[in-house]
Amino acid sequence: MPDPWSLYSEKVMEHFKNPRNVGEIENPDGVGHVGNPVCGDIMELYIKVNDGIIVDAKFKTFGCGAAIATSSMVTEMVKGKRIEEALKISNKAVAEALDGLPPVKMHCSVLAEEALKSAIENYLNNSPSPP
Amino acid sequence: MQRIYLDHAATTPTSPEVVKAMLPYFTDAFGNASSIYSYGREARGAVEEARTKVAELIGARSEEIILTSGGTEADNYALKGVAYANERKGNHIITTSIEHHAVMEVCKFLEKRGFKINYLPVDKYGLVDPDDVKRAITDKTILISVMHANNQVGTIEPVEEIGKIAREAGVCFHTDAVQTLGHIPVNVDKLKVDLLAISAHKFYGPKGVGALYARKGTRLVSFMHGGEQEKRRRAGTENVPAIMGLGKAVELAGQEMGEEAERLAYLRDKLIKGLGEKIDHIRLNGHPTRRLPNNVNVSVDFVEGESMLLNLDLEGICASTGSACSSAILEPSHVLLALGLPPEQAHGSLRFTLGRENTEADVERVLEVLPGIVARLRAMSPLLKTQK
Repeated sequence: MPDPWSLYSEKVMEHFKNPRNVGEIENPDGVGHVGNPVCGDIMELYIKVNDGIIVDAKFKTFGCGAAIATSSMVTEMVKGKRIEEALKISNKAVAEALDGLPPVKMHCSVLAEEALKSAIENYLNNSPSPP
Repeated sequence: MQRIYLDHAATTPTSPEVVKAMLPYFTDAFGNASSIYSYGREARGAVEEARTKVAELIGARSEEIILTSGGTEADNYALKGVAYANERKGNHIITTSIEHHAVMEVCKFLEKRGFKINYLPVDKYGLVDPDDVKRAITDKTILISVMHANNQVGTIEPVEEIGKIAREAGVCFHTDAVQTLGHIPVNVDKLKVDLLAISAHKFYGPKGVGALYARKGTRLVSFMHGGEQEKRRRAGTENVPAIMGLGKAVELAGQEMGEEAERLAYLRDKLIKGLGEKIDHIRLNGHPTRRLPNNVNVSVDFVEGESMLLNLDLEGICASTGSACSSAILEPSHVLLALGLPPEQAHGSLRFTLGRENTEADVERVLEVLPGIVARLRAMSPLLKTQK
C-alpha cells in the first residue's frame, strides 16, 4: 500500500526489505570500509574482479533503512561493469536508481559511493598490473 | 493488519470521554471566556473548572496554574520567565545534560544571551546526583531545572531531594513533569518545586494544551503580551475546548492512575525480561527500578535503531529510537550519550512506551517479532564480525 507520507520511496523499502548481495566474498579482490559508529552508518563492500570487470559484489552494513537500501542498490549497479565505468557511479545515480532519497538521507548515498570507490581503490592497489 | 502502538511517550490517543467533554465547546458553548454575557460566562466557567482540576491533582491552588499551549510552552515560559525576571539578581542556571529539548534548547538560547548554564552530568542510569546540584549553586544562581522523569530512558529523578536543596538555598526550582503527570503521583509541595510543566496529550488529553504551575510569589516576566488572559502572563483567547480536554484528562488520570501504573509496570517488566531472554547482546537503558511504569528502553548491539523501527512498522508495531540517523546532525540521542553509552549502542536503541490500550498480547507480539528482525539485521551487520 503506497503511503504518501512515508520517509522512503517504495523502491527504497523494497531494497530494505529484500536487500540484494548481503554478505562477504571469500578472497575478494577489493574491500571498501567506510563510515563510523558516531554517525551511525558503517558499510563494507566487497568486489570480485575478472579481466577488469566486476563479476561479483557483496556488502555488510550497519545503518538505517537508506544505508541498507543504497548498499544493496550500489552492489546491483556495479555487477558486470568495467572498473572505469564503476568509478563513474555517483551518489546521485544511486539515489536516483532508488527513486530518490529524503534530503537528510542523501549522506547514505554518499557513503555507498565512497564504499564502492574505496573497494575499487583497494583492488587497484593490490592488483599486480593495471587492468 | 492490526497495529500495536507502543510510543505513548510521544503522544497518546485522546480518550473518547475527553473528546466528549470537549465537543460542546466548539459549537454550543463557543463563547470567548473574556465576554460578560452568557456565552462568555459558560466558557469562563469551563476554563476555571479545568484549572481547578489541574490544581487539585498536583496539590496546588488554582491561581497558581497558567494554561499554555503545551509542555514546550510551559518549559519555555518557566525558564525564560524566571531568567528575565531575575536578570539583576543573577545569571546562573543549573540544569542537567538529559533534559528534553524544550528545556535544553531554551538553556542554549539563554546561554547565547549572557546567562551561564551548568549542564549537570548523570550516572549510568540517568540519575542526577543532588549533591552535584548543591555544589553547583552560587550566589548568582537564579534557577534550577531538573526533569521529573526522563522521556527517553524513563529514569525518575530525585526531584524531592533537589527541591529541598533549592529551597534551603532560596533558589527557584522548575521541573518538567510532562512524562510523569497523569502516570505517577505529582505533588508540588512534596516535590518542593516552584514551577512545573504539564502537557495534556501525554495522558490521553488533546494536543496543543498544557499548563505551567507557578508557586505563588514566583517572579516571572509575561510570556505572551496582548490581552488580559491568565492575569496578563499569557495573553491570547483561551482554547476552551482543549482546556476542557485537559481538565477531563486530569480528572480521569486522577481516578485511574494508580491501578493503571501497576498494570503497565507488570507489562513493562514482562517485556524487559522477555527481550533479555530472547535476544543476546541487549541491555536495558535507564534505571532498573526508579523507572516510569510504562517505559522500556533497550540497546541492541550490532544493529541500528531506525532499521529496527522500519521492520517493526512493517509488522504494525510502532516504537521509537534514540538513533538520529534521520536528523541533520547525525548524532544519537544526547540522553543516551550522557548515560555513557558508546555511539553505536545509542544508535541501536529502541524505546517502547506502553499505554492504556496495550495488553499482554501486545507484549507477546513484540517478543515474537523482534528477535527475528534483530537476527536478520545482524546477519548484514559488519559490527558483529569484528566482535567474533
